[in-house]
Amino acid sequence: MDISPILEGFGVVLEPANLLYCFVGVIIGMLIGVLPGLGPGATIAILLPITYGIGPVSAIIMLAGIFYGAQYGGTITSVLLRLPGEASSVVTVFDGFALAKQGKAGTALGIAAIGSFIGGTVSILGLTLVAPVVAGFAVDFGPPEYAALGILGVLLISSIGNGNKLKAIIAACVGLLIATVGRDTFTGAERFTFGSLNLAEGIDFIPIAMGLFGLSEILYNLEERHNQVHSPAKVGNVWPSRKDLGQAKGAIGRGSLIGFVLGVLPGGGAVLSSLAAYALEKRRAKQPERFGRGAVEGVAAPETANNAAATSSFIPLLTLGIPANATMALIFGALLIQGIQPGPQLVTEHPDVFWGVVNSMYIGNILLLIMSIPMVGVFVRILRVRPAIMAPITVLITLLGAYTVRNQVYDIFLVIVFGVLGYLMKKFGFEPGPLVLAFVLGSMIESSARQSLLIFGGDPAGFLTRPISGTIFALVLLVALWPLIGRFVRRKTPARVEEKISS
Amino acid sequence: MSMSDPTRPPGAEPAGPPDDDPRRADADLLQAEADRLQAELEEARPPHAGPLSQLSAAVVALAVGVAGAVGSYALGLGRLTQPGPGLWPFAISVVIIVLSAVLVVTGRRLQDTERFSRSSLLTAAGLVTLVALAALLPVIGFEIPSLLLMFVWLRWLGKESWRSSIVISIGAVAAFYVLFVLLLQIPLPRLI
Repeated sequence: MDISPILEGFGVVLEPANLLYCFVGVIIGMLIGVLPGLGPGATIAILLPITYGIGPVSAIIMLAGIFYGAQYGGTITSVLLRLPGEASSVVTVFDGFALAKQGKAGTALGIAAIGSFIGGTVSILGLTLVAPVVAGFAVDFGPPEYAALGILGVLLISSIGNGNKLKAIIAACVGLLIATVGRDTFTGAERFTFGSLNLAEGIDFIPIAMGLFGLSEILYNLEERHNQVHSPAKVGNVWPSRKDLGQAKGAIGRGSLIGFVLGVLPGGGAVLSSLAAYALEKRRAKQPERFGRGAVEGVAAPETANNAAATSSFIPLLTLGIPANATMALIFGALLIQGIQPGPQLVTEHPDVFWGVVNSMYIGNILLLIMSIPMVGVFVRILRVRPAIMAPITVLITLLGAYTVRNQVYDIFLVIVFGVLGYLMKKFGFEPGPLVLAFVLGSMIESSARQSLLIFGGDPAGFLTRPISGTIFALVLLVALWPLIGRFVRRKTPARVEEKISS
Repeated sequence: MSMSDPTRPPGAEPAGPPDDDPRRADADLLQAEADRLQAELEEARPPHAGPLSQLSAAVVALAVGVAGAVGSYALGLGRLTQPGPGLWPFAISVVIIVLSAVLVVTGRRLQDTERFSRSSLLTAAGLVTLVALAALLPVIGFEIPSLLLMFVWLRWLGKESWRSSIVISIGAVAAFYVLFVLLLQIPLPRLI
């Protein structure tokens, strides 16, 4: 393996400007992980206009920093307030908050930070080794393979995410439909433009992402009742003792592996992996009853795993051009805005972007480790900022930011329209994530499907006879039919749950 | 809020009937525990709405599918050897129609919709300020609409005190002015 591009990647990261963007990214990520309300997806969406002005490497380094930085920040609220900042920190609450009640909040946070660092670093190493191999394998993919992969990606994310799967797939199809608005690249015909010049250019990714992820979340949170006043637990010594570290060692190692493997799978990698890591530790433990009462492993395992998963979820994006989750869809969009097509060619055509971003994660994780241990006190103070103050500031950043992209008020209205759409979708149980993801992949899927039809001379059976696209379509079928299969296999489970509720 | 409940070890749950696969039982209990915590966090949300809202959501999705199908049929489907501009959107619309029809039939007892409550009026009010900002921005610049938006959100939507609403909104807009206009020199329409 030729390591000179990797080393050059370090050169890219160590440029002062990129170091600064990495630092800014992880700081923002940690802040929004701590602050209630906005998640990393919403934040990245809102900050997309900024990436217009800066180079691709710096932009993606910053956005990636926000993403994995938020995983660190989310831990703090889980431990101190019993409020998981993210779905992937839910299980951390059990033992993290128990430790906080025993006055060992610092230990929990310290272990989480160290575990996150190790998990993240192991995962970057894995990414460095695996990604070029996968990309090399995928380099020969033709349009049929891409069409198949795109459809598989959309389907997986819709069906693995939380919420009703039927609704998620409907939302994804609506996203595919919205992606067709504008001029058809093959025939030049205008589709669904209703005579509007603005719509003829198609709908831009930025207003969709800002509206569906950013604004809709703010509008949705306005309805939340903020009557619970929490006072965060006191944070004592943050350095975990040698005994704690010894106890957590195995959990951190296993968590790293689980996180890395599950993170590569599209869908809720970070969430799934934190649950799986916690469950594994509890099973392995000699005294499982310690879990939930402040077991150090109960914090170390999920926090390590979710960070490892956050990092390895970059692999499908950077090697196949298929985003593994909603946040990766945003980074996909940000790369497209910069004129860079994520996919197997990325590592050879834009080695600076590929290795710059990958290597920036080492630096980012080091920065996070350095910051999170001594600066916990500062972040605890930030917890006191009321959501009521954050909301209008974020709204203004969103609306004015949308305007600055093309200096058009039309874009602000577009953000508002998609903000309302996202709000209504959430009210009616539809996740906006699959819609945005499908929108991002929509034109790719359509054009590769149509190119494939031309290659096959109009015979759709060609998708199934090519070995790789055929395999992927078999997977598509499996995923689509999985709920039916699952219902058949797990018929026993619902009965047990009912019994549990009644007892 | 009862502190003892979600922090109780999952193992102390009243266990169901003995399962032949302990690993799955473990994972299920854990999932149940996580779900319970999630549910508790969602207590701050309005209660879920009834079958009528499920039905209307599914019908709206169905309508989107039908409109998409009609619109793309009008664009011309072409044939598989020579796909027209409408073929792909038509295919997607058909999928939407089929899935929404399934949702109409099977989704009535789902519990994932939320009732519109009095606090939904807050969202509506917030929306009005957004539209006002977008409409006024090209006419009188960003300063006054931003100030109004900040103030309305702080004072009435966020129930902050008069004093902090005034101070924070003026401070925030001033900071925006410095950041966007003076430092980044973005050509925002402005009064001053």
